[in-house]
Amino acid sequence: MLVQQLLNALTLGAIYALIALGYTLVYGILAMINFAHSEVLMLGAFAAWALAGWAPAALGSGLWGAAGLLAAGMLGAGLVNVLIERLAYRRLRRAPRLAPLISAIGVSIVLQNAVFLWVSTQSLAFPQPAGTSAVSFLGASINGLQLAILGAALGLMILLHLFIARTRMGRAMRACADDLEAAKLMGVNADFVIAVTFFVGGALGGAAGVLYGMNYGSIKYNMGFLPGIKAFTAAVLGGIGSVRGAVLGGFLLGFLEVLAAGYIPNGAQWRDVVAFAALILVLLARPSGLLGERAAQKV
Amino acid sequence: MKRAWPWAALLLALAFPFFVQGTSFAYLARVGGIVGLFMLLGLGLNFTLGCVGLFDLGYIAFYAIGAYAAAIAQRAGASAPAAIVLAVAAAAAARALLGVTILRLRGDYLAVVTMGFGEITRLSLNNLDAWTNGPKGLQLPPWRPLAFLSADPNVQYDLLIAAAVALACLVSRRLEDSRVGRAWVAIREDETAACLSGIPVRRYELLAFALSGAFAGLAGALFALWEQFVTPESFVFWESVLVVAIVVLGGMGSTAGVLLGAAVLSGVPLVLQATLSPEWINDRYLFFGLILVLVVLFRPQGLLPSARREAELSS
Repeated sequence: MLVQQLLNALTLGAIYALIALGYTLVYGILAMINFAHSEVLMLGAFAAWALAGWAPAALGSGLWGAAGLLAAGMLGAGLVNVLIERLAYRRLRRAPRLAPLISAIGVSIVLQNAVFLWVSTQSLAFPQPAGTSAVSFLGASINGLQLAILGAALGLMILLHLFIARTRMGRAMRACADDLEAAKLMGVNADFVIAVTFFVGGALGGAAGVLYGMNYGSIKYNMGFLPGIKAFTAAVLGGIGSVRGAVLGGFLLGFLEVLAAGYIPNGAQWRDVVAFAALILVLLARPSGLLGERAAQKV
Repeated sequence: MKRAWPWAALLLALAFPFFVQGTSFAYLARVGGIVGLFMLLGLGLNFTLGCVGLFDLGYIAFYAIGAYAAAIAQRAGASAPAAIVLAVAAAAAARALLGVTILRLRGDYLAVVTMGFGEITRLSLNNLDAWTNGPKGLQLPPWRPLAFLSADPNVQYDLLIAAAVALACLVSRRLEDSRVGRAWVAIREDETAACLSGIPVRRYELLAFALSGAFAGLAGALFALWEQFVTPESFVFWESVLVVAIVVLGGMGSTAGVLLGAAVLSGVPLVLQATLSPEWINDRYLFFGLILVLVVLFRPQGLLPSARREAELSS
């Protein structure tokens, strides 16, 4: 029971962390909250779902098929995020600080309604990889699917870390996050770096959408909203703009929710209250998040 | 009178419900009332977001507190005017109290904490069945504010809300150019400099918080009395986002801008709903989102930015 609870917390936390990374990468460079990120992760899940419906046999139903779905979701969500940046945010880079936020809200409404109107108003079944039923671990029988989800998420986080820390593009991203103007003066192609950042952030969100769909076995046009605001909360909890903070915040929020649901009387009703109350308390003690560097400026 | 249009607008707002009453445009009286409630909310949030520059994503919580305070008071036997006063006081006190606790936070950290507070409020209203009847909501006894007019209840509330909006505008305008308004702008532009110039920063911030809470409480009480029904479903996160969009799209810190923003953002979906042909009606939110993006792309400073802010941005 306890082992299964821990795995629930880790799975949920890993999904939150992946989404939170998308918020924090974009925030690190542009200091804007990408409110459309919830819809990006939803579209990632729908891209994978479309591929599964179009080519079910080619993919197979095992872990390789799941990996194919993950790749499709990441590619789709990454491209959508790049497109959103180009169309709805780029013009507003020098605008007042809250203008891109409003644009993002508009994009979010458009995308959600586009899927609602043109794809489906109902929940759709999402393929879960076969052959991953119960696994025996430490004497307990635990859910193998969750183990696979956790593994995929952790793998993506390690890849992201290597990308940011080891590659030329990663260095350019860090430079832009540090000081966009100075990076431009040093010859960094800022527009391209921002587009890549949106692609990477969107792809991680898309991966989270696919994993979320696999975990619950269904997807819906408004599926992004709840994990979206939770992950945003997680990113702020860890210190928005900080990559490690987003991962820490994601796992912390996952643990808080699962423990609250499991160990507080009527916990399922109160889990979100516990999560948000913990967030408020942490931020009162550490006003710029757990690993954040400086307090953001005012609007 | 230097500028006549505010009076003309007020006259129009007070007169139009009588013209539409009984015609096929009767729904406009209801639309007018809802737009008026969002104007109250926008003007209230404008004190903290527009004037002082404090980003807030949980403002709807105080609308909820006002609505539930009025509902509980009226069900307990208080008269409707007393319930309104109580709701205003409760929302203002709650917001000031929240302010005392969280005003050390800034920027997006403040935004996410207020969002958390908003969600905690909604979930608590949903879960504390003993007081709020949970998701089933509370019924209120009917109250006709202007019974002597023998008009349709929607018209009566439309007029009452229009009067409240007029009062709110008056308060906002007078404050904007007052010592308080200038102190708020000074804090928004540079808190340290404001503090060093002798402005009691925390006190003025709390004043903005309490005032914006009072406006939300008034709007919430009017909403509850009008609908005769409150449920937690009316106070979701999305509504907070909508009020932020009203203030930013209208023009932060500008009373006229916020009124226009509220009319556009809360009115457009309602009018689209009533006018679009059946095969397009489901697309109304798609259009709404597109309009939002296009307007902000071409008017990032807001539809009617305050003169002071426009001067800053163009320099």
